[in-house]
Amino acid sequence: MPAELGKIERAPGRDLVTLERQFAVQDLNARYAEAIDDDRLEEWPEFFRPDGRYHITTAENLAQGFPIGIVSATSRAMLRDRIKALRQANVYEAQRYRHVLGTPRVVARNGELEARTSFMVARIMHTGETTLFATGCYRDRIVLDGDAATFAEKVVVLDSRLIDTLLAIPL
Amino acid sequence: MTVHTGVRQWPGEGLTRVPYWIYSDQDLYAQEQERIFRGNTWNFLCLEAEVPRPNTFRTSNLGDMPVVVTRDADGKLHAFENRCAHRGALLCLHQQGERKEFACVYHNWTYDLAGNLTGVAFRRGIAGKGGMPPDATPERHAPRQLRLETLAGLVFGTLGTETPPLETYLGPDIMRGIRRVMRAPVRLIGGYSQALPSNWKLYMENTKDSYHASLLHMFFTTFRLNRLSQKGGLVVSENGAGHISYSMSADVAGKEYEQAKLRTAQEGYALEAPELLQSVDEFGDGIGLQILAVFPGFILQQIRNSLAVRRIVPQGLERTELVWTCFGFESDDEALNALRLRQANLIGPAGFISMEDGAAVGFVQRGSHAAARELSVVEMGGQGTSSEESRVSEAAVRGFWKSYRAHMRM
Repeated sequence: MPAELGKIERAPGRDLVTLERQFAVQDLNARYAEAIDDDRLEEWPEFFRPDGRYHITTAENLAQGFPIGIVSATSRAMLRDRIKALRQANVYEAQRYRHVLGTPRVVARNGELEARTSFMVARIMHTGETTLFATGCYRDRIVLDGDAATFAEKVVVLDSRLIDTLLAIPL
Repeated sequence: MTVHTGVRQWPGEGLTRVPYWIYSDQDLYAQEQERIFRGNTWNFLCLEAEVPRPNTFRTSNLGDMPVVVTRDADGKLHAFENRCAHRGALLCLHQQGERKEFACVYHNWTYDLAGNLTGVAFRRGIAGKGGMPPDATPERHAPRQLRLETLAGLVFGTLGTETPPLETYLGPDIMRGIRRVMRAPVRLIGGYSQALPSNWKLYMENTKDSYHASLLHMFFTTFRLNRLSQKGGLVVSENGAGHISYSMSADVAGKEYEQAKLRTAQEGYALEAPELLQSVDEFGDGIGLQILAVFPGFILQQIRNSLAVRRIVPQGLERTELVWTCFGFESDDEALNALRLRQANLIGPAGFISMEDGAAVGFVQRGSHAAARELSVVEMGGQGTSSEESRVSEAAVRGFWKSYRAHMRM
């Protein structure tokens, strides 16, 4: 293996990502995914800072520099509105997700952590039909404040441009 | 279940009844491809902005036939079947890009950007051996070339020999509706696709069904953002092929909305971030929503400042791909662009006012699975297919079937 690939990643500020920080990122995404998979959607916005950004896009849009989002929120309030809409307004068949998360790659930069985590999400319909619904990568900016870790930004980059039927529950 | 079209008759009630076998007949699907998509209809292929420069291409579809759209070195647009003359392999394996010619990867037969066969590898053999007979005419099997017309940045194609000029096909109202939205050079802002678990016709009916909008899509109603007084209307072209459903914009930024918010806040139904619905009257006519659809598979959408074209691609009897391409204009400033991106939350597979459509068409497909002999009732707004002020009408759906039956000779 070339030495370059094995090098420990240091941010420009030469801030070594400690195990503790690696754990904080992993733990945040684990709790995030669990809240969604357990249908505790009301908790979902609380993983973000009040001015946090949540954006679902596709690898194709990203590669071409296209800014459109499949979901595009720039505040925790917008995320709460989405959950309220899902609970009270939007119509979709009962379904749930199962997230499987990969190992995050974490870089410390400007006092924040930048992390990339692969994910796969299976969708389980009330009929029992289980399909691989989405794969992709979370590109997160995470702020550590004392014991709390929150998302300043979570960009969900889908590998595929094709979404089956609808995307109601957040990824 | 496969049923045979020969024994199928349209119900005597006419356009107010739609037989369910129409969504589940494999032979009919094949016939639709021939008579509709490859027949005398204009099919939306892409935006001109998707082939922006000489020697660029993008792939598209004519029904389930794969197609390549190109812009040649002189800037002229072409479209041809994405199929090699030799063994039928795809000629172009990319969604878009730049190319001066196409070469089939299988045996390296080459084509110019108009789809003409320009070279057959080893046509004369090697060292006098092998190769094709001198009188062989592989050019006769070349991919079919489409006739194209463009309108305000939209590229339409047809294979039909009797397809009327696009302007005649669309009629004056639809022409006006398209020109109204496509008012300036387009800037692409991205796209995505939605896999619909249904026959293609169910989605086209859905877009032409102005009656369902406030009943299925509860977002506006739940958050008390609908105005019963909202003026609007339904325009159906004479041949039934095109329709426009529109409504005047509610003044969400003004007093009216503030009052509504006060009322609804007490019931817990207010949006916490109402900026989602901030919009500007960029067309200067107060129309906040215009859904325009053209037979067989084109939709142009203006939902406030969210603009998109949607292309219906049939992928078998019970599967349809819906290709969304979102756009603004080259002249957009940052503020307008930001509005378009925020309002994109309303549309697409996760859209507050559109996500249900993907599911609803599947519900019909599944619900009517065993009902081939039954009929669905399409009688809101009477029996006609003409324009009217009320959107509580299925006139445009009947228009769809009027057009469908004409092309299918049914």
